[in-house]
Amino acid sequence: MEMPAPDQFTLSRKAEIVARLRAALPADVVIDDPAETRAYECDALSAYRCPPLAVVLPYSTEEVATALKICNEMNVPVVPRGAGTSLAGGALPTADSVIIGVARMNEVLECDYKNRVIRVQTGRTNLSVTGAVEEDNFFYAPDPSSQLACAIAGNIAMNSGGAHCLKYGVTSNNLMGVKLVTMQGDILDIGGSHLDADGLDLLGVICGSEGQLGIVTEATLRILHKPEGALPVLMGFDSNEVAGACVSDIIRAGVLPVAIEFMDRPCIRATEAFAGAGYPDCEALLIVEVEGSDLEIEEQLEKILDIAKTHNPVELRRASDAGEAGRIWLGRKSAFGAMGQINDYMCLDGTIPVSQLPYVLRRISELSAEFGLDVGNVFHAGDGNMHPLILYNANKEGDLEKCEAFGAEILKLCVEVGGCLTGEHGVGIEKRDLMSVQFSALDLQAQMKIKDVFDPKWLLNAAKVFPLDATQSRRDGCSQ
Amino acid sequence: MSQTFKFKDEQDLAGFVQERVHPVFIKGGQTRGVDLKHDRVDMAGLSGVVDYEPGALTMVAKAGTTLQHIEEVLKAEGQQLAFEPTILNNALGASGASTIGGVFATNGSGPRRIQAGAARDFLLGVRYVDGHGNVIKNGGRVMKNVTGYDIVKLMAGSWGTLGLLSEVSFKVLPMPAAQATLVISGINADVAVDVMTTSLNTAFDVNGVAYDIAAKCTYVRLEGFEQSVKYRTKSLMEILGAQRDITVYDDTESGNVWWNIRMLAAISDQHGDLWKISVRPTDGPQIVQKLGLTSGIMDWSGGLIWAKLDAGKTAREILGGIPGHAINLSAKTGLKFSNTNPALTHLQDAIREKFDPKGIFNPGLMG
Repeated sequence: MEMPAPDQFTLSRKAEIVARLRAALPADVVIDDPAETRAYECDALSAYRCPPLAVVLPYSTEEVATALKICNEMNVPVVPRGAGTSLAGGALPTADSVIIGVARMNEVLECDYKNRVIRVQTGRTNLSVTGAVEEDNFFYAPDPSSQLACAIAGNIAMNSGGAHCLKYGVTSNNLMGVKLVTMQGDILDIGGSHLDADGLDLLGVICGSEGQLGIVTEATLRILHKPEGALPVLMGFDSNEVAGACVSDIIRAGVLPVAIEFMDRPCIRATEAFAGAGYPDCEALLIVEVEGSDLEIEEQLEKILDIAKTHNPVELRRASDAGEAGRIWLGRKSAFGAMGQINDYMCLDGTIPVSQLPYVLRRISELSAEFGLDVGNVFHAGDGNMHPLILYNANKEGDLEKCEAFGAEILKLCVEVGGCLTGEHGVGIEKRDLMSVQFSALDLQAQMKIKDVFDPKWLLNAAKVFPLDATQSRRDGCSQ
Repeated sequence: MSQTFKFKDEQDLAGFVQERVHPVFIKGGQTRGVDLKHDRVDMAGLSGVVDYEPGALTMVAKAGTTLQHIEEVLKAEGQQLAFEPTILNNALGASGASTIGGVFATNGSGPRRIQAGAARDFLLGVRYVDGHGNVIKNGGRVMKNVTGYDIVKLMAGSWGTLGLLSEVSFKVLPMPAAQATLVISGINADVAVDVMTTSLNTAFDVNGVAYDIAAKCTYVRLEGFEQSVKYRTKSLMEILGAQRDITVYDDTESGNVWWNIRMLAAISDQHGDLWKISVRPTDGPQIVQKLGLTSGIMDWSGGLIWAKLDAGKTAREILGGIPGHAINLSAKTGLKFSNTNPALTHLQDAIREKFDPKGIFNPGLMG
């Protein structure tokens, strides 16, 4: 993955840029000491690193606006940052960019149970939004795996999902309003605790725009009352096809589980060795979780188990209490860690129509043999969001490139069967150059025109999302 | 003389837009009045279900397909459009039948929106013809997709002002096996909002909460498997309190209540303009009081008010400092939104100009 060469003129003005930011902002907000800016050189796509020109960590929306205004006037590229947990390089800086991070803005501003909304500053972590309301039996539904660390700002930028979105939707479906600071430094309130947009649904396009349209400093989020309880059931099958058919049958029967998770044999074996969750050694494993009162869980699990039995499972294990539920989830929740234990890995995120599951898994294993790299599959089967984990050795010359080429083939396969490049991680730099596989030049132009409106100089996170050659003229136009 | 243009497919439509220099209005199912002096684009030629995977809960259909056809195809598989599309033709005095493109272009979402989400939340992908006459696609037919900007959401609720939708793909959900509605009678609007917010803030997955202003009746809906609905009905009645006058309707009766709400039956025969007012639920009673409403529907727990107002009267001023907005759906040519922030207006106008530089799609609509 290439990043554009830093603009020499901007680099030469570093002292002047930092001085202007310092003059306008409190002393501890602007960081330019290379020893400190190094901490911001990458996000969770850590194979790519580059320290920024400077880092700005404001305490308020107004300070974000001040910083953006100065950068806009001085034509300095800006990279917004939440908690830096992006797996796609969404927060990767360039040497000529200023990072503006919202980490210091993490307050709960309003908690309104009657209208079922919470308003927070976006530096707040995903899990601590639920933390603020769980004593009153409420929760915030989107639950990306990184929820302990990731910030709401990044969730909004990437339109993050999680294991439970089959029932509750992704960030976009739970986001009701934002305070957005534009590149020009305008502060806009869009949406709020009322439903439905007044005019065009700008909120809908801001969510998932990967920090390219503005910096979101406050968010109004939907909160929901917790269900009475939840229990999972574990099923093992001796083929991926059968497991896939079982998923489809469960959904067709009118049961809507909150989560349907899938693991294949390589992944099952790795997690068993790591976590010892007692999973059966089989080809495919499903964890299906349902919610409700004891009686309702019973009613749903009965139906699910009846369906599963028609597919001759090699194992059916039903949790009857929280302890057993925890053991069923243990392996799944430690899957990424377990794979990381074996090797370096790259985690993909393509989505496919559920019906294509057996074919895609078969093709992935063929490609695995071709590239000579092992791959394990863990994914949200209910909505077709796959997470193939490709194992490689970062210390071995050429292995990363081989792994990326293998990853690209898998993502092309996802598009070929009617799916998409990314279901919840975002495009960032990782899938930027594959966008032309999924979209025509005109499709991409339509998206870029929206950025033209919000950020005419293409300064905000500009080297992401779209293929570099497609954005070159726009980015060049901005540099002077 | 105004003309109506018909098309056999997307390419045909795109060719027309490439050549077109004068404004056209988009004719979907003609469920609202369109000024007949203008030329119109008739979408009926682009019709039919393109792909339906019940096991994946997704459907793809051409934009001119009637809503009725879509709902029939889904019903045969025990599935439905969970956002319960609004059906406004009775209330607007129009005779047409909604098209699926029109449903999404207007983001027309009914009672279940409060729990399941709006039309925009179910729309997964679009194909449309932009103002240059280019065919553009965005989103896809899978449920989770963050590949590029979400133009899908921008198109939902854009009332045809950004492009002509030619194909939509969307998420569907299973039809519930059973339903029940708790009817709480003899309460005024502020007590009703209390009852509705209390009901929603339980573990019982309430998915419809509405209040009929004239009848002084609140309706609270539960859906799901039979045993579950029974259990939750009982639990909710305990929470709402024994002193209230509560009746329980089951399947057919319950279905009728919500069909009538979806159709706005309570006000469809009244004269005047149909207004839709969107506020946060707890501000609903204030709006009812300020407008002096003696009839109308408060849906979405109080957050959506449907009312008929005398022609010429506006609901907009009464909003004052209350966050939200109001639109007059009876306005023949100039459906206007009430946003007053100039920076936001600029963004909206600039996006519209980028999508439709010739200014030919539904001019005057949206503001």
